Amino acid sequence: MKVLVAVKRVVDYNVKVRVKADKTGVELANVKMAMNPFCEIAVEEAVRLKEKGIATEIVVVSVGPTNAQEQLRTAMALGADRGILVETADAEPLAIAKLLKAICDQEQPGLVILGKQAIDGDNNQTGQMLAALAGYAQGTFASVVKVDGNKAQVTREVDGGLQTVELALPAVVTTDLRLNEPRYASLPNIMKAKKKPLDVKSPADYGVDVSPRVKTLKVEAPAERSAGIKVKTIEELVEKLKNEAKVI
Amino acid sequence: MAILVIAEHDNAAVKGATLNTVAAAKAIGGDIHVLVAGSGCSAAAAAAAQIAGVSKVLVADNAAYAHQLAENVSLLVAELGKGYSHILAPATSNGKNTLPRVAALLDVAQISEISKVISADTFERPIYAGNAIATVQSSDSIKVITVRPTGFDAVAATGGSASTEAVASAQNAGTSSFVNEELAKLDRPELAGAKIVVSGGRGMGNGDNFKILYTLADKLGAAVGASRAAVDAGFVPNDMQVGQTGKVVAPQLYIAVGISGAIQHLAGMKDSKVIVAINKDEEAPIFSVADYGIVGDLFDLVPQLEKLV
Repeated sequence: MKVLVAVKRVVDYNVKVRVKADKTGVELANVKMAMNPFCEIAVEEAVRLKEKGIATEIVVVSVGPTNAQEQLRTAMALGADRGILVETADAEPLAIAKLLKAICDQEQPGLVILGKQAIDGDNNQTGQMLAALAGYAQGTFASVVKVDGNKAQVTREVDGGLQTVELALPAVVTTDLRLNEPRYASLPNIMKAKKKPLDVKSPADYGVDVSPRVKTLKVEAPAERSAGIKVKTIEELVEKLKNEAKVI
Repeated sequence: MAILVIAEHDNAAVKGATLNTVAAAKAIGGDIHVLVAGSGCSAAAAAAAQIAGVSKVLVADNAAYAHQLAENVSLLVAELGKGYSHILAPATSNGKNTLPRVAALLDVAQISEISKVISADTFERPIYAGNAIATVQSSDSIKVITVRPTGFDAVAATGGSASTEAVASAQNAGTSSFVNEELAKLDRPELAGAKIVVSGGRGMGNGDNFKILYTLADKLGAAVGASRAAVDAGFVPNDMQVGQTGKVVAPQLYIAVGISGAIQHLAGMKDSKVIVAINKDEEAPIFSVADYGIVGDLFDLVPQLEKLV
């Protein structure tokens, strides 16, 4: 079974982002970029499926700028067999889902794994949209994935606890944090990954219109919280909560 | 212009997040219809008809919608949604699961987790873990939107008198089925809707030590939450996690105990009205957002606090 994994290049999760002075977006120049953490979990899950003999080939795809090749190489160093980059400026989830659907039509994977959300846009849409466009079942926010023949059992993290569903394959799975602990790439594997095939495509190759449907009018910093105070004793804290803040 | 709100329910009752979503629909303006899709959901439909401001409740009561599998419900919503200007759902795990599918089926973008309505086509939403607020304008004919419940004050659950209409449609994609469910037992208020939240982090040391937080929470009528570190360490189940990847809360009072205050955690609680931090490290980032901070050993301070409230 072929497994397709989608990865995204985003600002490293440890970076405290700053909003640009002209309010057009956040400052991305000279900021450390990395693979979205949920995508790392997706790659790891695909590699584990390969190690179990379930996956035969792992194709990793990214829709993004030229530099996203770095994240595809990282995925290949972790165990993906080849990469596809669809080069485009900031695309919306719907456009990315359409591109992934076109790639699924070509590649015919048995399973597609994505992260549940990218930590830049915080949208949490692409996997679901791809599943809808392809007519696949979906296992979102997955914390356990078991593939058995032409079915997969996926345990999902839902608001009240956990829910397990059975999906007919091919299906889309989106990863939650507790699905696995991603491995690190070793130096020899990083070197080997440089020789693995990487196709660079454009949205036009797939006949997909990526023009945005949603316009960002402005991006602002959130309202700052006013500085608080440190109290010395619990008595003082309780007094403040009762009489000053009036919350208890 | 009419707005369709997808109800969050458990067949018996309508969940609180639906009331916040109806409030967002009111802010957009127009006739508000609520869809209750489920199996044996007449009680939830009756409750939805009581919600203030709702004019019609559509009830799709069918075995295909049991457990609200996204594959089936999205087909139903896409079918019904064609006649509406806006389709709204709360940004709960159900809403997030189903609504992007609906948007893709209708070939429109989805706008996730709006926190404010500017106009019928313009909304505010947090990005980058809440470190930036984007104002976005949709050019689509149908606006498909999930609503961050903490961004809107809930409408009254009673006082409305909507008409109820049965929907015969039984969409079954046949690609997925429900196997089972393990729900965490809750005898405290639900995290997302609680007025007071007491949360523990890695500083709690182990799961047993959370008992002191439960005791404090029970005295305050509070819900108990946790940081990702506490969940990953196995102290508590993951549905207690507050943060970018867990639940977003905005209670009147948030008490962070043994939590350093990573960006990821702050994204889930920094809209709380009053934040209290109890931490032994006076350099912890949590103190930069806390209204009241106290530096010291939580194992001394929490029991003292419990005695005084």
